[in-house]
Amino acid sequence: MTTITMPQLGETVTEGTVAQWLKNVGDSVEKYESFVEVSTDKVNAEVPAPVTGIIRELMVKEGETVPTGTPIAIIDEVAAGGIPAPEGSASPSEAVAASARPTAAEAYHQGSDEPVPGGNLGLSGDSYTAAPVTANSNGTVAPSSSTAGGVRVSPAVRRLAREHQVDLGTIRGSGDHGRVTANDILAAAKAGPSAGVAATISAEGAQYTASKPAATARPSYENARPGSLIPLTQARKIIAQRMVESKRTAPHAWTMVEVDVTNVWKWRSNEKAAFEQATGVKLTLLPFFIRAAVEALAAFPLMNASFTDEGIRVHREVNIGLAIAASGNLIVPVIRNADRLSISGLALAAGALIEKARRGKLGADDLAGGTFTVNNTGANGSILSAPILVPGQTGIVTTEAVVKRAVVRDDDAIAIRSMMNVCLSLDHRVVDGSVASGFLSDLKKRLEAMGPSGTL
Amino acid sequence: MAGLKGSPATATAPSAGSTVMTNVEAVRATLHDALARDERVLIMGEDVGARGNVFLITKGFLEEFGPERVIDTPLAEASIVGVAIGMAMEGLRPIAEIQFADFIYPAFNQIVGEAAKTRYRSNGDYTCPLVIRTPYGGGVRGALSHSVSIEALFYHVPGLTILAPSTPADVKGLLNAAIECPDPVLFLEHKKTYRSVKGEVPDGYYTIPIGKADVKKAGSQVTVVSYGFNAHQALDAANRLEADGVSIEVIDLRSIRPMDKTTILDSVRKTRKLLIIHEDNKFGGIGAEISAMVAEEALFDLDAPIRRLCGPDVPAMGYALPLEEEFMISTEQMLTAMRELAAF
Repeated sequence: MTTITMPQLGETVTEGTVAQWLKNVGDSVEKYESFVEVSTDKVNAEVPAPVTGIIRELMVKEGETVPTGTPIAIIDEVAAGGIPAPEGSASPSEAVAASARPTAAEAYHQGSDEPVPGGNLGLSGDSYTAAPVTANSNGTVAPSSSTAGGVRVSPAVRRLAREHQVDLGTIRGSGDHGRVTANDILAAAKAGPSAGVAATISAEGAQYTASKPAATARPSYENARPGSLIPLTQARKIIAQRMVESKRTAPHAWTMVEVDVTNVWKWRSNEKAAFEQATGVKLTLLPFFIRAAVEALAAFPLMNASFTDEGIRVHREVNIGLAIAASGNLIVPVIRNADRLSISGLALAAGALIEKARRGKLGADDLAGGTFTVNNTGANGSILSAPILVPGQTGIVTTEAVVKRAVVRDDDAIAIRSMMNVCLSLDHRVVDGSVASGFLSDLKKRLEAMGPSGTL
Repeated sequence: MAGLKGSPATATAPSAGSTVMTNVEAVRATLHDALARDERVLIMGEDVGARGNVFLITKGFLEEFGPERVIDTPLAEASIVGVAIGMAMEGLRPIAEIQFADFIYPAFNQIVGEAAKTRYRSNGDYTCPLVIRTPYGGGVRGALSHSVSIEALFYHVPGLTILAPSTPADVKGLLNAAIECPDPVLFLEHKKTYRSVKGEVPDGYYTIPIGKADVKKAGSQVTVVSYGFNAHQALDAANRLEADGVSIEVIDLRSIRPMDKTTILDSVRKTRKLLIIHEDNKFGGIGAEISAMVAEEALFDLDAPIRRLCGPDVPAMGYALPLEEEFMISTEQMLTAMRELAAF
C-alpha cells in the first residue's frame, strides 16, 4: 500500500489543486502511468503513479487545493501481471475527456500526433516509451497485463502500424493466440488503410454515444454549444485571474510600427528548406523577430523590467515568453537567456517549446521566469492587436500578418513590399512613450536590416 | 549425416576444379599446402609430429617437412602458444595446435595477455601473425574433458579473431585467411563435423574473407544464426520445415569475431524474427552479444522476442551418454523452436 502525496511542482509552489482524477477507485494503474492531473498557478501536470497497483482511495476531491505533501491517494500495490484488466473501457473521467473532444477522432483520422484518449493504440509520436498496450473489445486501450492470451504489440508492429496508420484494433491477428504480426499490418495497409480506420472510428463514436450519453452531453470549452454553461476548468480560471490582475494593476499603453520585412522574408525563404531538412524544425519569421527584439531589449533595458513596490527591477536575464494557444488554453512557455541564442538557436528553442506545448508536455520550468513576451497574432491573419501584458512584465509585442502593400519609399518611388505591423503594449508605470517608441523603432530598424547576407 | 541435406557442402558430384572431402581432410590438405607453399609456416603442438596428430591431421608431415617445421612439444600449452608468439613476432607463420580446446586454459594468459595485445602494445611495430587451431565441441563421447566450447571465453577480448567454419570449403578458405592474417586467430574446428561433414572444396589456393557470415539458406519467416555443428543441424531443420511451408533463413557465422553485423541485420530486418543457436552455454555466450546488437540496431524491426537455443549452463559435459545427449542440442529442439517462432 502506497500513499501518494501532493507533489511539489516547481520550487516556489506550496500547494496544488487536483484538477482531474484520471483514475477512479478500483481502477488499476501502471507504474509511471498518469493517474491525476494537478494544477498550480504555474503549471498543469499529469502525475505518474510511483507503483503499479489498484487505486484504493482518492482522498481529495476534484477542484480541491491542498498543501504539497498532503496525502491525496492510496494505491494497493500488485505485482506486475497480477492486475485484472480494468472493467469496461476508460474510467468515467477519461470518457469525459474523450467524448469532450470530437476532434480526437479527426486527429486520429489524420494521423495526428495528438494523443487521443481511448483510441491511442501506439500511434502517438512518443509511443516507443509506452508500455505494451492491450486492445479490449470496444477498441479502447488498457495497460497490458501479462496474462496469457493478452494481445501484445511487438516493436515492429508498433512501428509499422504508425507508419501505415493502421489501427491495431481492426486487425485480426494471425500469430499465436491471435497476436497481430508485422505481416498482418502490412497486409492491412495494402488492403486499404483508410477504409479500416474510418470503420473503427465510426464504431468507436457509436460506442461512446451509446454507452455514455451523459458524458457526451457535457459541454466544454471546445464544444461550446449555444445555451450551455461551461464549467470553468482550472486553467481557464487561472487565465481569467491573471488577465484581470494585469489589466487592473498595469496601466496599459499601446503603440505600433510598420516594418518592411521584404528582405528578412527573402532570407528566411532562402534558408527554409535547408534548415528544415537539417534540423526538422520549420523556419518561420519568429526567430528573426525574437533576435531583433532581444537586441532592442539590450539597447532599452527598461523594457525588460518589472514594476515592484520596492522599485523598478531591471532584469539581468532576457527570457522571452511565447504566447501560444494550446488545447483551448493560453500558455506562455519561456525561452531562457534568449539574448545568448543565434537565430537558428532561437528557432530550435521555440520549435521545441511549441512542440512540447502541442503535446501538453510543458513543465513548470518551461513556463517560469519570463521577462518579456512575444505574441504571434499574425498567424491567424490579424493585422492589429492590443495584447494584455503578462503580469510582472513591462512589454509584450505582437507580430501581425505579413501583407504585400504598395509603399512609398524614401525616394518617392512606389514599390510592392512585404509589410508587417508590430504592436506593443507597455506598462506605463515602468516606461513612458518615449522609451517604448524608442524600443519599437530600434526593433524595426534591426528587423529591416536583416537580409539574405546575414548569419542564421 | 542427415543435417547435411541440401547443404552446398554436401553436393556429391564434384564439379571440375573441386574435390569432395571431409572437414578433417580439408584441415589436413590446407595445412599441407601451407607448409608446401610458404617456408615461414610451421606447425607445433602435442603429438603433431611422430604421432601425426590425434585425428591424423598431420600424419606424414614430419617426414615430409622435417622436425624444424613440424614440432612436437611437451604437454605445456602456455609454452606452445608463448613460443609461437615469439616466432610470429619475428616473422614466422606458426600454426600452434591445442590438442583439445579443453586444454587451452593454461595458454589463456599467452593468448589474451600477450598475443591479442602485441600490435597495440608495440604501437604497430610488432604484429602477431599466429594461428591457434583447436578441436572443440561435444557429441563425440568425449565426456568431461574433450567436449568443451571455448569461444565465449575469448570472445570478449579485443585483438583476437575467432573463426569456426562448419563446411570443408569454408575450413579451407578461412584457414588460409587465418594464416595470411597479420594478427592472432583462434581457429575452432568442431570435432563432430570432422568426419560427419563432407563437401566439395575448390582446388587451388583461395581465402574467404574474415568477418563475413554465409547465408546457407535463404528464407522469409525466421532468421537462424548459428555456427559449427549446430549450423548443419539448423540447415537440416530448415530444409525439413520448407516442406511444411515454413521458410527459415540460416546464417552460418563462420567468423565469430569479428561479427558480421550487416548480414545478420539485413536478414533480421527481412524476417523480423531471430533465433540464435549455439552449443556453448547460453549465459554470456555469443548469442548474448548478437541479441544485444540486434536489440540495439533493429529493435523496431523485431516482431518477436529474440530467442536463443543454447547448451545448458552446467559446468561440463557429463560422462554418461544420456547426459551428453541431454547436453547437445537436438535437431528436434531446433525444429520446435523454429516452428514456434514462425507461428508467433
